[in-house]
Amino acid sequence: MTETSPLTVLDRPNSFIGQSEPRAGAKRLLQGRGTYVDDVVLPRMVHVAFCRSPFAHAEIKSINTEAAKALAGVVRVVTGPELAAYCSPWVGVLNHLQGIKSAPQHALAIDRVRWQGEAVAAVVALSRAEAEDAVALIDVDYEALPVIADMETALDETTPIIHPDLGDNLCFQREVDLGEVDKAFADAHLVVEETFHFGRHTGVCLEARGIVADYNPAEEALTVYLSAQAPHMMKNIYAKHFDLDENKVRVVCKDVGGSYGIKVHTYPDEMSAAALSIMLKRPVKFTADRLESFVTDIHARDHRVTARMAVTEDGKITAIDMDDLTGIGPFSVYPRTSGIEANQVVNLTGGPYTIDNYRARARVVFTNKNAMCQYRAVGHPVACAVGEGLVDTAARALGMDPVDIRRKNLIPDDAYPYTYVTGLPFEKLSHHQCLDQILEMMDYEALRADQAACREKGIHRGIGFASMIEVTNPSPAFYGAGGAFISAQDGCTMRMDHTGGITCTVGVTEQGQGSDAVVQQVAATAVGVPMAMVKVVSGDTDVVPYGGGTWASRAAGIGGEATLRAGVALRENILDVAGAILQAEPDTLDIRDGHVVDAADGTERLPLSEVGRIVYFRGDTLPDGVQPELVATRHYVPKKFPFTFTNGIEGFYVEVDADTGFVKLLNCWVVDDCGTVINPMLVDEQIRGGVVQGIGGAMYEECLYDERGQYMNATMADYLVPMSVEMPDIQVGHVETPTTDSELGAKGVGEAGTAGAPAAIMNAINDALTPFETTVTAMPFTPDRILRALGKI
Amino acid sequence: MSAPVVITMTVNGEPVTGTIEPRRNLVDFLREDLQLTGSHVGCEHGVCGACTIRVDGDIVRGCLMLAVQADGANVETIEGISDSGEIADLQKAFHERNALQCGFCSPGMLMAASALLSENPVASRDDIREHISGNYCRCTGYQAIVDAIEATGQARKGGAS
Repeated sequence: MTETSPLTVLDRPNSFIGQSEPRAGAKRLLQGRGTYVDDVVLPRMVHVAFCRSPFAHAEIKSINTEAAKALAGVVRVVTGPELAAYCSPWVGVLNHLQGIKSAPQHALAIDRVRWQGEAVAAVVALSRAEAEDAVALIDVDYEALPVIADMETALDETTPIIHPDLGDNLCFQREVDLGEVDKAFADAHLVVEETFHFGRHTGVCLEARGIVADYNPAEEALTVYLSAQAPHMMKNIYAKHFDLDENKVRVVCKDVGGSYGIKVHTYPDEMSAAALSIMLKRPVKFTADRLESFVTDIHARDHRVTARMAVTEDGKITAIDMDDLTGIGPFSVYPRTSGIEANQVVNLTGGPYTIDNYRARARVVFTNKNAMCQYRAVGHPVACAVGEGLVDTAARALGMDPVDIRRKNLIPDDAYPYTYVTGLPFEKLSHHQCLDQILEMMDYEALRADQAACREKGIHRGIGFASMIEVTNPSPAFYGAGGAFISAQDGCTMRMDHTGGITCTVGVTEQGQGSDAVVQQVAATAVGVPMAMVKVVSGDTDVVPYGGGTWASRAAGIGGEATLRAGVALRENILDVAGAILQAEPDTLDIRDGHVVDAADGTERLPLSEVGRIVYFRGDTLPDGVQPELVATRHYVPKKFPFTFTNGIEGFYVEVDADTGFVKLLNCWVVDDCGTVINPMLVDEQIRGGVVQGIGGAMYEECLYDERGQYMNATMADYLVPMSVEMPDIQVGHVETPTTDSELGAKGVGEAGTAGAPAAIMNAINDALTPFETTVTAMPFTPDRILRALGKI
Repeated sequence: MSAPVVITMTVNGEPVTGTIEPRRNLVDFLREDLQLTGSHVGCEHGVCGACTIRVDGDIVRGCLMLAVQADGANVETIEGISDSGEIADLQKAFHERNALQCGFCSPGMLMAASALLSENPVASRDDIREHISGNYCRCTGYQAIVDAIEATGQARKGGAS
């Protein structure tokens, strides 16, 4: 007897898993027929605009709103104390981040402002233009306070404390000391050390944040149209802070114009708009303008990491010792906290490698700048650049090829399950296979030959790699364990109507990444119908099963598995009825291409529309005791591992102009292992989009503040993002190692590109700079920084 | 002067009249007065390209033009050029290649791409990348958009020969 693995839903005939199906929902967007929040217009709707602090830190002595109130079209003008009666303050801490602290944050500032852009008053008017006219008439008397703009001195004894009640400016600190770090460094043949700077940057969602809040006093019900990723999380927050019955709060997320982690947090201006709707008993709209987006959308990545690595003579990495400092603004963001990014840096640095000795300290400090929180690939780009940067520095010092040092240290592909020194369990990764594949894709030897030939001609090209791991499919360990009402499980309800058409409602949310399309593909496969027979509904808390939404690369892996299970259950329910109709055993039947068929040979027996007709209109003809249930709900939560790790490798080929400092990105390759690839086209596009956001952080994007906490480049013209002309074509390859935690086997992929790109670019630039015996380690790698490294300015 | 003024123009082939404040920009007039919400507002200072529309045959930033400046003009939006079928092949190529994710940039991107292909159907990838560099896309990384525009141009060229 030969052993065969059991058949799964992936083996079904006519499976759509692995097919590059276009997204059904994309057609309306291409015709301008989507519905983003600013497109929503309700009867009696009014508009809110905010008076925002020009100071980074100041006491509010007085606010005179008389002139604003007198302006035609103005409905209401409110300040912090008045709005606080409708909205209780929040504190961004989690129980499992030991010692994390923050201060109560209000929808509108009370007595004190703590960053430039913090709202101190709100004007509601019949139009946004009138509201803005009135904002200009508000007279606020501020008394400036000392500004804590430099995170490096935030903990000094002489530095003023932003929240005196907290005792200091330390939000969170984590220290680990694992193995024998001091001994490893003492025994090392080589110790390399670098200080890395990561520029503060932000998501720049093309659709700014927006909300239409509609309070109905007759029902004491609040409906919120929101551009957001996690509708159930926000439903809970609205109920909690507006003191409403949570069952009477509905959050609706229609089309979302980009999110990337920006739209998964509690924002004071959105809370103000909803509180004002309750106060005024009518719909209130707020749409952030671009300046408001820059000064209030969460920022990320403002880290300084000093790190060293111990290496043996033959290139074996024996220890890492690092110190991470990050300045997160004046509040830890609610409810996910601003401690997670630093926590991830501690968890993940060096993660692709077998390292036994590891010490890290991360300190998260308060500053008078806009808040930082979780943005695409939280902590990963920092951890990856620190680890990969040190690996390349070590290789250069040893005269080793960067490929060889990786081969020597990457966790062997047959070593799984493997637990990294920081305690992260890896189910099964494929670092070496990915490395082999990328070398083949890029034709590494030819590339090195080209580099050498170019160098002869004074052209400075460099090759850089970044091996990486990515946290995906998070279990309740991420937030639920910390006391936050952020669901790690997700659900799908699937229903068959009389036409045979299938409607899926799902808790995961569409942000443009294609989660609706993935659900459609999985549902069509699991039930056995053409894709066109499946409709997907998401983003409405009154309609969909309770779920977490979209974050941490969870939609396909978790939402997809819930869908698969619901689809299998619905198929069984349909076949129970079909068996009764056909007088056949249900397990001799199957559903293929919208028909009930004989499982053995595929002979068509009955279209699903006939099953539907009998069930819904001629139930009287069914045998006694047969109660059709053509609807099924299933949920899924990852349990075997706290996270399902993925892995991959990115490679860049760059050219550095040593006279101008400009870097041209010549080529980019990625090999990623996200387990089962449900839709190759969507997966590749997630990787490409992610890489380009990583390129943004590495090359262009930085929120520049001066020493007074003034944000100096808060316009799209001044804050640079990747544009098409500078971007390379990106070649994507795959290794597929499905997770065994689900039948679908899919891991996440949304953040991988962003995680590895900055590290690979840094290594490529430094490879190009080798003849000059200099390196750059401060992102973004602007021409200015490169010329300074070259000693030319 | 802020007294409302009366303007008339042709929008997607239909005559329209509006009474507006002189400060109202064209994209706000389209979105809020005419409920043509397909043109999007991303930056309001002419950088992102999400509000790209066509006025008298030229693509312009709807946020940088006042509605009063379009008095008497022929204005076309994504709704108009979708319903007429003018860019159906381009939209199909975008759809099949997944040359959009969130879709917020797509109406403006399609306007810009359509203008390029009208001038030069056989634009190279570099030409395409250069031409759409006035339109932000934060989701795709641009490659799929370049692919879709290139494929449409090639198909149009093939169809014409």
